[in-house]
Amino acid sequence: MADYKWPPMDKRRVMGKRIARLDGPMKSSGRAKYPSDMNRSDLLFGALLTSPHAHAKVTGIDLTAAKAIKGVTAIRVISGPGTEIQWAGTEVAAVSAVTEEIARDAVKAIKVTYEVLPHLVKEDNLAKVGARAKAAGEQVTGDPDKAFAEADAKTAGDYGIPVITHCCLEPHGSVVAWGKDKIDFWPSTQAVSTVGGDLAKMLELPATQVHVDCQYMGGGFGAKFPADRWGAEAARLSKESGGRPVKMFLDRATELTIAGVRPSHFAKIKVAGKKDGTITGWQSESWATGGIGGGGMAPLPYVFTNIPNRRMNHTQVSLNTGPARAWRAPNHPQASFLTCAAITDFADAIKMDPYEVFFKNAAVSARPETYRKQLAKAAELIDWKKKYTHGAQKTGTLRRGLGIGIATWGGAGHASKCKITIHPDGTVEVELGSQDIGTATRTCITQVAAETLGLPMSGVKVKLGDNSYPPSGPSGGSTTIGGVSSSTRKAAVNALEKLFEKVAPSLGVTPDQLEADDSRVVVKGNPAKAMSWKQACQKMGPTPISEMGENEPRTAAREGLNTQGASGIQMAEVEVDIETGVVRIIEVVAVQDCGLVVNPKTAESQVAGAMIMSVCSALMEERITDQTTGRVLNADMEFYKLAGLPDVGKLTVHMDITPEHDARGIIGLGEPCAIGGIAAIANAAANALGVRVPMVPLTPERVLAALANRRNA
Amino acid sequence: MENFEYANPTTLKEALSLLTAGAEVLAGGTDLLSLLKDDVHQPKRLVNIKNIKTLGGIAKTGGNIRIGATVTLDELASNQLIRAAYPSLVQAALGVTSPQIRNMGTVGGDLCQRPRCWYFRSGNGLLNKSLVENGENKYHAIFGSGSAHFVSASSLGPALVALGATVKIAGADGKTKDVPASQFFKAPAAEGEREIALASNEIVTEILVPASPTKNATYEVRHKQALDWPLATASVALRMAGTKVTSASITLGHVGPTPVRATEAEKMLVGQTITADSAEKAGAAAVAGAQPLSQNAYKVQLAKVAVKRALLTAAGVKAV
Repeated sequence: MADYKWPPMDKRRVMGKRIARLDGPMKSSGRAKYPSDMNRSDLLFGALLTSPHAHAKVTGIDLTAAKAIKGVTAIRVISGPGTEIQWAGTEVAAVSAVTEEIARDAVKAIKVTYEVLPHLVKEDNLAKVGARAKAAGEQVTGDPDKAFAEADAKTAGDYGIPVITHCCLEPHGSVVAWGKDKIDFWPSTQAVSTVGGDLAKMLELPATQVHVDCQYMGGGFGAKFPADRWGAEAARLSKESGGRPVKMFLDRATELTIAGVRPSHFAKIKVAGKKDGTITGWQSESWATGGIGGGGMAPLPYVFTNIPNRRMNHTQVSLNTGPARAWRAPNHPQASFLTCAAITDFADAIKMDPYEVFFKNAAVSARPETYRKQLAKAAELIDWKKKYTHGAQKTGTLRRGLGIGIATWGGAGHASKCKITIHPDGTVEVELGSQDIGTATRTCITQVAAETLGLPMSGVKVKLGDNSYPPSGPSGGSTTIGGVSSSTRKAAVNALEKLFEKVAPSLGVTPDQLEADDSRVVVKGNPAKAMSWKQACQKMGPTPISEMGENEPRTAAREGLNTQGASGIQMAEVEVDIETGVVRIIEVVAVQDCGLVVNPKTAESQVAGAMIMSVCSALMEERITDQTTGRVLNADMEFYKLAGLPDVGKLTVHMDITPEHDARGIIGLGEPCAIGGIAAIANAAANALGVRVPMVPLTPERVLAALANRRNA
Repeated sequence: MENFEYANPTTLKEALSLLTAGAEVLAGGTDLLSLLKDDVHQPKRLVNIKNIKTLGGIAKTGGNIRIGATVTLDELASNQLIRAAYPSLVQAALGVTSPQIRNMGTVGGDLCQRPRCWYFRSGNGLLNKSLVENGENKYHAIFGSGSAHFVSASSLGPALVALGATVKIAGADGKTKDVPASQFFKAPAAEGEREIALASNEIVTEILVPASPTKNATYEVRHKQALDWPLATASVALRMAGTKVTSASITLGHVGPTPVRATEAEKMLVGQTITADSAEKAGAAAVAGAQPLSQNAYKVQLAKVAVKRALLTAAGVKAV
């Protein structure tokens, strides 16, 4: 069997190098065409009519006036009379027209009558949700009652993290054309190889009839896997409009209302432990919502999973709000925040430096030594030992504090196939039905292929974003880099073997004596005996060599190209103005392992992006619903607050690149780095203030309320 | 957005004649465009006033500095006359932390922009007392009376009120009138009434700011450092004799349907030196009459701090 193993760290020429993303200039110059940039001359524009009510039954729809508008090509009813609407923003009808303005005018002209039903859109106060609460059962391990009875110290705290919404720069949507023989589908998607089948299923057509093309997409973060109702409706509108392509993208308000949320999570948490910082008991009563379907329990206690005595109760709350979708590390940021806050408060109560408490209790995590090394590294980078003081000792108006957040993730490579074609002229094509969701997948695949084939980056052309290429998994769960790198590696090795078979006779050796290096095919151990890559390729005759490589998750760990289990520590330093409650980020430090790192530069960039998302979530990001109207009040970019550059502070990323981690193979990075930041920032604010702000985001009103509570206590 | 007619006059007279029923003035458009897109406003005609040269420019005229209505926030903040005399205006303009908006948004537009109340913007009207009182009011008013719980969105308003500025308005009949900045903003009594003293057929042409020297400053409390609406602001203008205050003008912003003059605090400061202590007391007096809603008591504290810090900044004392 071919040897697919990664080349040794010190022998890599292209992998592991800080290579700028290949499509950076395309993107920054606007030449990269995203699905929402599609503007063919025959293009039609789709628009959605959505429900203004959070809970209602549709009793009638009158399309007469809308149909009479010149330029409208088709109207479709999505939620017909009798349909029970469960959240505001639900799609009721869709229109296509020759201009976006006409489509919107037609939407306004559709008359819908509703029977309005009672709704609930808030869950922060569990006592007020009534029958919408559903107990999800109790989990008990060890003897928590005994642990709490015998503990040196016990703490209890309330913590909460609200629903936040997906807010991709490019909203959800697609352009779709229902042609005679096939449907051309240009979605903004994280799932090039599967989204076509999804659309076909919704349209009750064979999967073979849908051709997917997505070369660039403007952010997904877990929310862009399906073809979606609006994608299917765009296809039907196209069919009813004679096959002209229909562009249907959600407007910003709809995007923030129905395109997917990260569930909230609230918890009353009690921690018991010894004076030396050892945690012996955990009790949590939590609740969460992700919309009408409720919200499951985040993995509590997080990372410190082997606290010996635990009792967890969870309640799901069903709300009439837009549904949940995977959101970069589903449930992990919430779990990390709740757990790390409770542990930090325990450390404060026993007057220990939380660094020591995290360090000690790493013993009850799955990877104690990794976390300890990372804690030490992060502490060094943020200068923890010198800067840390207990919150109660701080004075002045502007107070600084330090905090820790922790992360764990899987990240094994997904199922992926890759085809590599070496042409007789020496050019190389790499094809995968994968996607680059902004993570530099294209660049990393190029590095793996170039490394394996002994070619420069420019010697390899990577093609992805098309479902006619070999299937490669959706980009979710941080599985892409492992999947595409392993399948590319194997395809490249397989293709090289074929090439060596053709070349070996000319060099008078057997194929196994050859290697590819520096754009040459060389006899191992005898560099003088070689021919250039181009000469070598001429030996294959007129037919290109084309070989497949496959990453199969069930066997991948054994093969060692990719594996799972990423750890990360983030630390934050913040400054709080105790008179205004405004929290400012001074620095966030991330120490992150993800096994073998294909491209440290783009990896660091991905971590930095995740840290910015954490700043948003820790300081300002929150969906605000109105109980009277049942609507999202801040479904815009004005009051759905996200960090701007001055809010971000200094970001320090340390990729934990070591021979030990490298030997584990490739592990996904996208999600583990998006977990610990919120906890780190919230804990830093608690340290600065000497009091816990129970709920993030840390808005001025919450910070001031926490300070007032302390004064009144 | 509804269809509308677009007019592009080059003289004030022409512009005024175009302001017939259903017409609206377009300057920078940074607010108006979103009002149109959200169907909050549905004008029949937009009258662009950016090509009327007489509405631009900043110059000294007699005892005033004249600021043309179409001067952009960026022009205002970088103008030497303004920088020398009115740090409070510069600070307020720079508080709009978006270069794009500062490049497009105008001084007149800043005064005439509509409130950001999310009930208003989602089509529930401006005087939605019950919705606000029973709903999400953390960004709403802590001052005011009756049904108006929205806050004036103007960034420059509080500073102009504190500086004793005058808003010059031209009407359809060709006549002009001078409205003190303090009377330009008003709390509407009925739905459909505007929150400014400007009829739909009138145009703000210029702002006159007294050139007499004051120590002035604006302090904004914003949640975000990047573009964000202030949670509370204070603008102050102090006349001094040596280190003693001879008269003080203090105006709060983003806490009421109009900029809110803090007359008690102003009186307290006369004869005083600005110190951390006197500034703190003035801040407390400025918010003494606040009546917060269910979720915005924190804004009382923010307004108090804004007054304190604006006073200290104006007096050249380190505020934080």
